[in-house]
Amino acid sequence: MSTVKDRLPPLSQLGPFIALAVACTVFGLTTDNFFTAANFSLILQQVMVVGVIAIGQTLIVLTAGIDLSCGMLMALGSIVMTKVAQDFGLPTPLAILLGIGATTLFGLLNGLLVTRIKLPPFIVTLGTMNVAFAITQLYSSAQTVTEVPEGMTWLGNTFELAGNPVAYGVVLMVALYLATWFWLRDTASGRHVYAVGNNPEATRLIGIPTDRVLLGVYVLAGLFYGIASLLSVARTGVGDPNGGQTENLDAITAVVLGGTSLFGGRGVVLGTLAGAIVVGVLRNGLTLMGVSSVYQVLITGILVIVAVTVDQLSRKGGR
Amino acid sequence: MKFASKLALSALALATTAAFAAGEPVIGLITKTETNPFFVKMKEGAQAEAKKLGAKLMTASGKKDGDTAAQITAIENMVTAGAKTLLITSSGDAILPAVKKAQAKGVQVIALDSPFEGADALFATDNYKAGILIGQYAKAALGSKPAKIAMLDLFPGHPVGAQRHNGFMTGFGLKAHDAKSNELSATPETVCAGDTDGNQAKGQTAMENCLQKNPDINVVYTINEPAAAGAYNALKKAGKDKGVIIVSVDGGCAGVADVGKGVIAATSQQYPLKMAAMGVAAGVEYAKGGKKASGYVDTGVTLIAKNAVAGVDSKDVQTGTDLCWGKK
Repeated sequence: MSTVKDRLPPLSQLGPFIALAVACTVFGLTTDNFFTAANFSLILQQVMVVGVIAIGQTLIVLTAGIDLSCGMLMALGSIVMTKVAQDFGLPTPLAILLGIGATTLFGLLNGLLVTRIKLPPFIVTLGTMNVAFAITQLYSSAQTVTEVPEGMTWLGNTFELAGNPVAYGVVLMVALYLATWFWLRDTASGRHVYAVGNNPEATRLIGIPTDRVLLGVYVLAGLFYGIASLLSVARTGVGDPNGGQTENLDAITAVVLGGTSLFGGRGVVLGTLAGAIVVGVLRNGLTLMGVSSVYQVLITGILVIVAVTVDQLSRKGGR
Repeated sequence: MKFASKLALSALALATTAAFAAGEPVIGLITKTETNPFFVKMKEGAQAEAKKLGAKLMTASGKKDGDTAAQITAIENMVTAGAKTLLITSSGDAILPAVKKAQAKGVQVIALDSPFEGADALFATDNYKAGILIGQYAKAALGSKPAKIAMLDLFPGHPVGAQRHNGFMTGFGLKAHDAKSNELSATPETVCAGDTDGNQAKGQTAMENCLQKNPDINVVYTINEPAAAGAYNALKKAGKDKGVIIVSVDGGCAGVADVGKGVIAATSQQYPLKMAAMGVAAGVEYAKGGKKASGYVDTGVTLIAKNAVAGVDSKDVQTGTDLCWGKK
């Protein structure tokens, strides 16, 4: 049970947390208003959409796959839920379920194409990314949906915790991370995800239904994208057909910064959360410093390469 | 005659051109995207004008802004299919070699909305002027209070983004680069700058971060109306939506509606339909043996504001709604 975990070198697990600590220290020393509870609350709200998308992405990367469609699926989900509420006056919970249902269905489609027709995930999700984008544009006529029922934006509201504002959506994000972490670490079905990513052939031979595990992972990822759709609506107060265009690469960035191996089978989902927060901290801190956004792109790019290098070197060392 | 000899080099081009030569003039419209309401309106304008003047219109687009590969393919295909005039909203300078090749075959190339080098003519909004108008408005609306401005830009290095940004600052009475520069100016009054990609969610994030940097921001420049809606959402959540002046550029129907609701104080409205109609007319003129269009034609920009301010000309929301693009 613990062999996979024992092989994980501490550096790839600690990496995102070290990067986070360094970034926070630098911004804390160079700006006046970085180290405030309100600012951290804000950063967490800014990363909650990508953060939840990245949970789904982590699961898929753990199986040595990749999902390019996640951002577009998020946009599709938010258009479906806001538009059915606006056009047909459906009750809010039903509208939300339809939105999440749409992304989950696409997750199922991704999973079926990967497991039944044995297509590479990269190509499958490249295709479904485009299909989802087109459906989103056609269904919304490329118009932002602005009439959003109040119940759909509730997760964007904040409550006071020891005098500090905390968004309900951020609580949900953290809860989803903890639940996924527990599932992957401490349940048989969670360990199967690692096993499939490590060595699908051996996993199949010892009697684990690899295709079923894979299919489950893609469906579950679709579900997470649907929850991210709701969070996006809650945060912006609209259904935006032009959302989600960079979120696929943003989510992959969070996963890689978080120390999950792109070769599959290794990684901890909590690292992904740290990875997502690192990106948010850089964006926020550099704005506070008045530094051009190009440097944010530069630093993120360098961090990704460092993270992948650490993974590659530790992988060689493990052999 | 040079044109004819070049054509003879390509049997395919000769055949297809000959097939169309006797019929109606063929005009190609290539936009950045198919879905942005701005380009939808542009296509509508071109189709209506083509129908009116008896021209055949072909259309194509990239998948998103920056998708030059799709635009290059479209240029090649349309020239092969016999188009004598191409109307292009360029996604980037990567299309320039393909444009040159088309021109060498006698095709007239007109830039709509976004300028690029080597185009025979440009029919577009004066984005610098669009910026100046909202800058003047913001300055007059703010009055004598010291300005603390957030600049919510597109992304670095985009000419239209720079023109609106620097135009706004000039209109506001701040020192800024001229219309030719691609660099974003900054002065002590512009207390914060952030990128939005012209997108609502990113506009909100940028504004939130700017409010952390300086909670006293009282003027917000935005690259377009979705970014302005995002900025307003951030201000509202921070309880600062009153007393902050948001200005923008575009004049889409959703944006004009936001002006009516007081979300956006003023916006500079531009006219995609007019750009396309003028382009088609120029194409028909050229096909009839007339001259190629040339130079820059300003398709006009109008300041739309709910509350007019002294010393700055503006039109009311009703006028803006009548002329807006997108779904009313």
